[in-house]
Amino acid sequence: MKRSVPLVITHYTMLVLLAMLCLAPILVIFATSMRQQVQIFSEPLNFIFMPTLENYRAVLQEDKLDVYLKNSLFVGIVSTLITLTLGCMAAYGLARFQFFGRKTVAYTTLLLRTVPLAVLAIPVFVIWNQWGIVNSLWGLILLYVAVNLPFTIWLLYGFVLQVPQELEEAAAIDGCGPFRVFTSVFLPLMAPGLAAASIFTFRIAWNEFILALVLTDRHTRTLPVAASLFITDMGVDWGKVMAMGSLIAIPPLIFTFIAARQIIGGLTAGAVKG
Amino acid sequence: MRASRFTIAVYLAPAILVMAAACLYPVFTAFQLAGYKWEMGTPWESAQWVGLNNFISAFQNEQVWSSLWTTLLFAGVCVAAEMVLGIALALALEHPVRGMSVFRTIFILPMMIAPIAVGLAWRYMFDAQFGLINAALGLVGIKGLTWLADPTLAFIAIVIADIWQWTPFVFIMMLAALASVDRAVIEAARIDGARWWQQIFLVKLPMIMHVIAITLMMRLIDAFRVLEVVYVLTFGGPGNSTEILALHIYKTAFVGQQMGVAAAVSVLLLVVVAALSWAALRLSNPMKDAR
Repeated sequence: MKRSVPLVITHYTMLVLLAMLCLAPILVIFATSMRQQVQIFSEPLNFIFMPTLENYRAVLQEDKLDVYLKNSLFVGIVSTLITLTLGCMAAYGLARFQFFGRKTVAYTTLLLRTVPLAVLAIPVFVIWNQWGIVNSLWGLILLYVAVNLPFTIWLLYGFVLQVPQELEEAAAIDGCGPFRVFTSVFLPLMAPGLAAASIFTFRIAWNEFILALVLTDRHTRTLPVAASLFITDMGVDWGKVMAMGSLIAIPPLIFTFIAARQIIGGLTAGAVKG
Repeated sequence: MRASRFTIAVYLAPAILVMAAACLYPVFTAFQLAGYKWEMGTPWESAQWVGLNNFISAFQNEQVWSSLWTTLLFAGVCVAAEMVLGIALALALEHPVRGMSVFRTIFILPMMIAPIAVGLAWRYMFDAQFGLINAALGLVGIKGLTWLADPTLAFIAIVIADIWQWTPFVFIMMLAALASVDRAVIEAARIDGARWWQQIFLVKLPMIMHVIAITLMMRLIDAFRVLEVVYVLTFGGPGNSTEILALHIYKTAFVGQQMGVAAAVSVLLLVVVAALSWAALRLSNPMKDAR
């Protein structure tokens, strides 16, 4: 159906306005991080200014920032890898095998997805202390894997159902064992699902800061925790904190631009088809 | 598919073990901690069993009630606004146009970016003296709103931040749902003389009711989980006008050092969320059509 020109123009005008609304706060972060201190505390509507990297230089010279960056990368990457491995196996097991207690596992997994992190903060702090893994990166990774698994399993479950089981059966008849079927037939077909799941998991592990604030010390801090320490009762060191915010925002922004299609597929997968 | 018990265990046990140890066990521990009086920094052995006292003192604490009210109001207002806006925008913009994938990519940015960055951006924009929002309002003659220092305005500020972050999610869900509606049905309605509003309310919306319900439940559950953006934006202030339950729990435990009472309040929050989740599962279970 052909639409009239004014209608199409209105359509695009609305889309552009919405896009600007979505982008404005993000641009504010980057713009503020490149302003000088004097400009930050005045003339908010002056959009034309000489960008400076002074704030970034100041932040990067902060004590131990390199350590925090490494911590964040380590926690983000390792917890994503572990979550994907365990989540993919569990989703496969739940979707393909009939066994006693299958329903219980599925329901409990779904319910765990809804537990607020604030509820977990207190008991996890106590338990991690007892287990002696508080203030360690592995303690944080264990927690991130656990809180990410429910959503990952839920998301991948939908993708598993789309992989035709006949392919696996054919491979089994040709003499593949169950694990061979999983790794050489099934996994390659799961690539889009795994891409979506990895971005969602990495996003949490990379962005999260309340639990990280509780569970880390000055050696094991992640970047968001380090950034949150710039916010004090005395006020906010805007230049530095926005530079930190930009550094934290960059990886998820890159992933979003690379894999928007997979992310949107992952968001809508469960609801729209079910 | 048939498989040996061993095979099934190999696939499922690792994930189940991790979730049980680091998610389910802590949830049960929250219930247990709620029965003890224990201050952070003191050895666990010195904790006293106080039965239901923590619950009683939580329920007698006016701040808990005001936090609960703030949470309900926050979740209600945010989710209602996000649903109405998201659905309306999707209905207005459902027609496929060239370049839509670029716009869709931009629309998911707010939910991908770190909550701490979102909180910071809005805190800076809402600043009374050098914030973008007051500067823009000043151009139309509204001057001197002290956004984050006024209880009502601060609440509006956290609502606006949440609406900004999550309306695009509803919008994208609704676009996908509308795209999956059979065009022939709408065409038939049109030929039968249905006006545009009849097409929307009698054909399109009923056909995507299922997705609307799931999206609504997802948004509600997540609205009760919000913590980080509010932590950065207002830290519950001024007074405790924006202190949602999750933040109240955090402050009681890690600022006030009262672990037991905080655990009792977190049980309360858990009950609210569990009730919502149960309702969500009744509406739609993504794992039900399993073989």
